[in-house]
Amino acid sequence: MIGVDERGYYGSFGGAFIPEMLHPNVEELKENYEAIMASPEFQAEFRGLLKDYVGRPTPLYFASRLSEKYGAKVYLKREDLCHTGAHKVNNTIGQIILAKKLGKKRIIAETGAGQHGVATATVCALMGMECTVYMGELDIQRQRPNVERMRILGAQVIPATSGSKTLKDATNEAMRAWINNPVDTHYIIGSVVGPHPYPEMVARFQSVISEEIKWQLKEKEGRENPDLVIACVGGGSNAAGAFFHYYNTPEVRLIAAEAGGLGVESGKTAATTAKGTPGILHGSKTILMQTEDGQVVEPHSISAGLDYPGIGPVHAHLFEVGRAEFVAVEDEDAMKSGIELSRLEGIIPAIESAHALYALNMIEYKKDDVIVINLSGRGDKDLETYIKWGGY
Amino acid sequence: MNRIHTLFNTKKERVLSIYFTAGFPNLEDTVPIMEAIEAGGADIIEIGVPYSDPVADGPTIQDSNQIALQNGMSMNKLFEQLVGFRAKVHLPVVLMGYLNPIMQYGMEAFCKKCKEVGVDGLILPDLPMQEYLDEYKALFDSYGLVNTFLISPQTSEKRIREIDGNTDGFIYMVSSHSITGAKSGISEEQINYFERVREMNLKNPRLIGFGISNSETFTTASNYSNGAIIGSAFIKVLKNSENLKEDVQSYIQSVIN
Repeated sequence: MIGVDERGYYGSFGGAFIPEMLHPNVEELKENYEAIMASPEFQAEFRGLLKDYVGRPTPLYFASRLSEKYGAKVYLKREDLCHTGAHKVNNTIGQIILAKKLGKKRIIAETGAGQHGVATATVCALMGMECTVYMGELDIQRQRPNVERMRILGAQVIPATSGSKTLKDATNEAMRAWINNPVDTHYIIGSVVGPHPYPEMVARFQSVISEEIKWQLKEKEGRENPDLVIACVGGGSNAAGAFFHYYNTPEVRLIAAEAGGLGVESGKTAATTAKGTPGILHGSKTILMQTEDGQVVEPHSISAGLDYPGIGPVHAHLFEVGRAEFVAVEDEDAMKSGIELSRLEGIIPAIESAHALYALNMIEYKKDDVIVINLSGRGDKDLETYIKWGGY
Repeated sequence: MNRIHTLFNTKKERVLSIYFTAGFPNLEDTVPIMEAIEAGGADIIEIGVPYSDPVADGPTIQDSNQIALQNGMSMNKLFEQLVGFRAKVHLPVVLMGYLNPIMQYGMEAFCKKCKEVGVDGLILPDLPMQEYLDEYKALFDSYGLVNTFLISPQTSEKRIREIDGNTDGFIYMVSSHSITGAKSGISEEQINYFERVREMNLKNPRLIGFGISNSETFTTASNYSNGAIIGSAFIKVLKNSENLKEDVQSYIQSVIN
């Protein structure tokens, strides 16, 4: 069985390796999140906002020209059509309702590309809560439009100037901010990473993705289970959501597309399972890219959303037990797939999601297999990168 | 007997622990700084093992970690430097480090090395108590290493009692809910917390850390506990120093006198 145990572990990965100063906060969450999430009031509010505010259910779209090209029945789960442009908002809606129920007044978050930051700033505006987003100084320069989006929404964006000045450092800064303000503040982590219960909590909020795939596929194909589900993995929140209800259905193959960057052996990669080893990152035991001496290595990906040196503990476990197949998609190939989808289906995908699309070229499948690709976000935010790349 | 136990058996008041990051400001400064701390009159030496992602530390210590790593500090290097230090330094020595570099070195190999070179205790801020009890306590005990836990103003009385029951060195009281070096001065709210914990009559001595920088804050902290830990303020002294030996000694003198 794939799933979290009482100690917060998925197999040998997970746990809560946090400074004692955070123990009361994390304990408070752990003690309460399941009961709150199970309550009818929470469910009514969560489901209501997902429907009317986020725009769920998102379509499960049969991509006929893509299908023809690849000789399979390819469906796209259109998370790109969510409000704010990506799946990230499923989680922030859930966590902000939870934060309110816990009586919190302020929200902090980390962001890499800015998608989770925007999704957090959005729900804070919606709920009238104070919002501070930590973002690497380098990412602030690279993702200007999302920085301004957060500011328009009323959030304060604070640059993380330590270390490599990217997502991992923004996460460190958000954790430090939480240590400094433990009582009235809730930290909305954006992926299935961090100390238990975050990975499980975020996965459950994102699990609406595979919940919908099941009934939508039943309507279209007469069966709930596709042959394959493909999703990209940075920290892995969209993949966790797309895999969640299939974890324990072994006939459904789960494909995780990591960012190969300039190549797995180039030293410029974010392919964590290929280059990483077990260790501790941001409060959980997982697989991460590190030196022999245990210092965290800076990853590289053309896609800021996959530019993370670790993966969520559930993915480390899926990898360890061989439940999911991991492929490393290089920058150039992801960009080509982004253009391909644009030309074949009229959908410009986020570069993160383009990694999942390219995986079709790297795996074996049978003719007429039903394949669901989680199209986690749209490409608007990546226009600059597409333009710079220029290969269209 | 472990030097930490010997210390607290004979000294109950105004115990001063000094933290510095190994490999900062220069790679080979580790043992000279330890000697200067001892000569200056402090009671415990806390050596920080540098890490790329020190989440419980503020900007001053983060910077020192980064510089130490750039200087080439590593676990192997640190243990090389520490071979033979007991001929020169007699104070209790505690290693403070995040779990990941230690795990990569190997927990048992790490404990063995600590014992070989003469380290007395550990402070591992991201090692939770339950994990320690389940996985590591027996190992630490077998190498005679005292493990120190942190508590903060948010730590419940029940948990403080559990921590007190599971350690026999000292308890590191984080003075505010704060990362290192974040605040200066001591507030009334903090005093209330110090008093509350003092009145719990714990079996372990307590040292107050975070926000202690000079004679005044050291004395205030010592009035409510067995002493204090200075980190960020000491790193600043090292950073601005042109003569480490002299500056370290005179700084420590200025704190304890």
